[in-house]
Amino acid sequence: MKFHEYKAKELFGDYGIPVPRGVLATSGKDIKGLDYPVVVKAQVLIGGRKKAGGVKFADSPEEASRAVDEIIGMDIRGYEVRQVLVEERAEISKEYYLGITIDREERAPLLMTSAEGGVEIESVPDDKILKRHIPPFSVLPSYVLRDASKFLGLAKEEGKAFSAIARAMFRLFEKEDAELVEINPLVLTSKGEFVAVDAKLTSDDSALYRHKELQGMEQDLTPLEREAKSKGIAFIQLDGDIGVIANGAGLTMATLDMISLKGGKGGVFLDLGGTDDPEKVKEAFRLMKKAKPSVIFLNIFGGITKCDSVAQGVKEVLDEEGIDVAVVARIKGVNEDEAKQILRDAGFVAVSSLERAAEETVRLRG
Amino acid sequence: MSILVDENSRVIIQGITGHQGMFHAKAMLGFGTKVVAGVTPGKAGETVHGVPVFDSVHGAVKSTDADTSMILVPAPFALDASFEAIDAGIGLIVIITERIPFHDAIRIVAYARQKGTTIIGPNCPGVISPGKCKVGIMPSGIFEQGTVGVVSRSGTLTYEIVNAITESGLGQSTCVGIGGDPIIGSNIVEVLKMFEGDEETESIVIVGEIGGTAEENAAEHVKGMRKSVYAYIAGRTAPPGKRMGHAGAIIARGKGTAESKIAALNEAGVDVAKHPAEIAELIKGG
Repeated sequence: MKFHEYKAKELFGDYGIPVPRGVLATSGKDIKGLDYPVVVKAQVLIGGRKKAGGVKFADSPEEASRAVDEIIGMDIRGYEVRQVLVEERAEISKEYYLGITIDREERAPLLMTSAEGGVEIESVPDDKILKRHIPPFSVLPSYVLRDASKFLGLAKEEGKAFSAIARAMFRLFEKEDAELVEINPLVLTSKGEFVAVDAKLTSDDSALYRHKELQGMEQDLTPLEREAKSKGIAFIQLDGDIGVIANGAGLTMATLDMISLKGGKGGVFLDLGGTDDPEKVKEAFRLMKKAKPSVIFLNIFGGITKCDSVAQGVKEVLDEEGIDVAVVARIKGVNEDEAKQILRDAGFVAVSSLERAAEETVRLRG
Repeated sequence: MSILVDENSRVIIQGITGHQGMFHAKAMLGFGTKVVAGVTPGKAGETVHGVPVFDSVHGAVKSTDADTSMILVPAPFALDASFEAIDAGIGLIVIITERIPFHDAIRIVAYARQKGTTIIGPNCPGVISPGKCKVGIMPSGIFEQGTVGVVSRSGTLTYEIVNAITESGLGQSTCVGIGGDPIIGSNIVEVLKMFEGDEETESIVIVGEIGGTAEENAAEHVKGMRKSVYAYIAGRTAPPGKRMGHAGAIIARGKGTAESKIAALNEAGVDVAKHPAEIAELIKGG
């Protein structure tokens, strides 16, 4: 789960990481008690805010108020801006990058830092980024921090302040079950103090059960994606027109790939997961219908999943509320013959071969 | 031979008294797996399909000489269950449980390494050596004993590939579902090394997907291997930045895309199938 910048900064503050003073605003009237100049930043969970005009600077309350009203309601790559963060501007002497994430291959946390802060870290060459693994079950070791301070060219006092921030970040990383904690830029002010001017935090959805305070936090999703999430269905809207329902993320991706190989384009990715509960299948079809695909491709490889239970769910949707587009079903595995019969009787195409089903899907879409 | 499990593996199931545990205990027994014990704290003395249940892994190991464990407990208890199995000296732990926080997975893997335990998973379908042993939840019917080793990051997609291999008349030596989570106990390279040392395995199939750099790393390793390696990568048409259902499948920073994985594998001399059924044709074409 990605955190909005303002929310990440609240948490950063709780862990003792210095952040600028700021207020969350939905209109120009909300700005109070700040020293000028300020920066007004759109709170959306997508990169490239600045380029899209979602970040503005202001030297007076009037300018700030105007900037807030300009940014609220703005559409940034499909996401509507509903709130802005108005913050006092730090006086920048130098900008750094500091992040902690996981290294999948090493199965260990990884600290990354660079003196080339303030730009996209992807564009910084590898030799300008220091990467150090942090031993699991550990604190952030002092030798790593000494290395980092040296690499960044920090003076002694600066190094101490930097180390305190890095340690706080690692505590946050562990305690909040984070996937990524990132400050870019970490600003060194002309007074010699560090401030986290931006804050990125992504936490692990699987660990939400031990972070009750984070449950139900707002996410930037399309309305249909939001509805799917509330029902526990993995659902992603894509650019094409063919709706794909399959069981398992890998198989769903493979199905989309097969459709593309046959000249079609996927419009919805819907992963049923391991369920064959007809109620969940019905829910999946209801969601799919709302996305208005030109044709629905159902790909079930039943291992534990019973194919006929899935087919029963599809039939019930058809009987109760109708399906106004063609359905092509590729059914394989446990109780496949019964499942195919149910679907054929309902007027759908039902075959065993993935390739043939994909061809048929693309043909039916016209 | 085969890798990880064989006819001599003595298996316990942690979480055997749950709905899933009972179902899969029966399926594994039916397959011929030596399921020697189950573990559920507080349920010692019960039996599940004739298998005795113990309160602790230590107790189960002491009484049955178990060497392998399958973990089917809910995610919040998986860290504890894994530590218990590692501590009891179990050599191979297959963690089926999904949605284990990855901070827990990091701790499990670190402790396992310290104690020399092999972990498969989490969030995986398990390990199967057809004709010998199944420690997992995969549908037994699609497997056939043979010479193809399969290592896969994706559950149902594994079945799709295995089915294609079996339908073409070839079979599998061992099929290892390593799981698609960001943090897993054994990665593709580690399983490739095991297959390389297995006499029964003649060729190897990697089933990969977008996200991470495991396939790129595997491609580097394949360059030094004697056995033929084939691959299928899911997610060629996945849009950048979108998550495809689980945390393992993220495209980020221009790395970990289907293109970069396929290019790396091709460069290492690996034939990459365009769709699952093509895998069997590639192996037969040799």
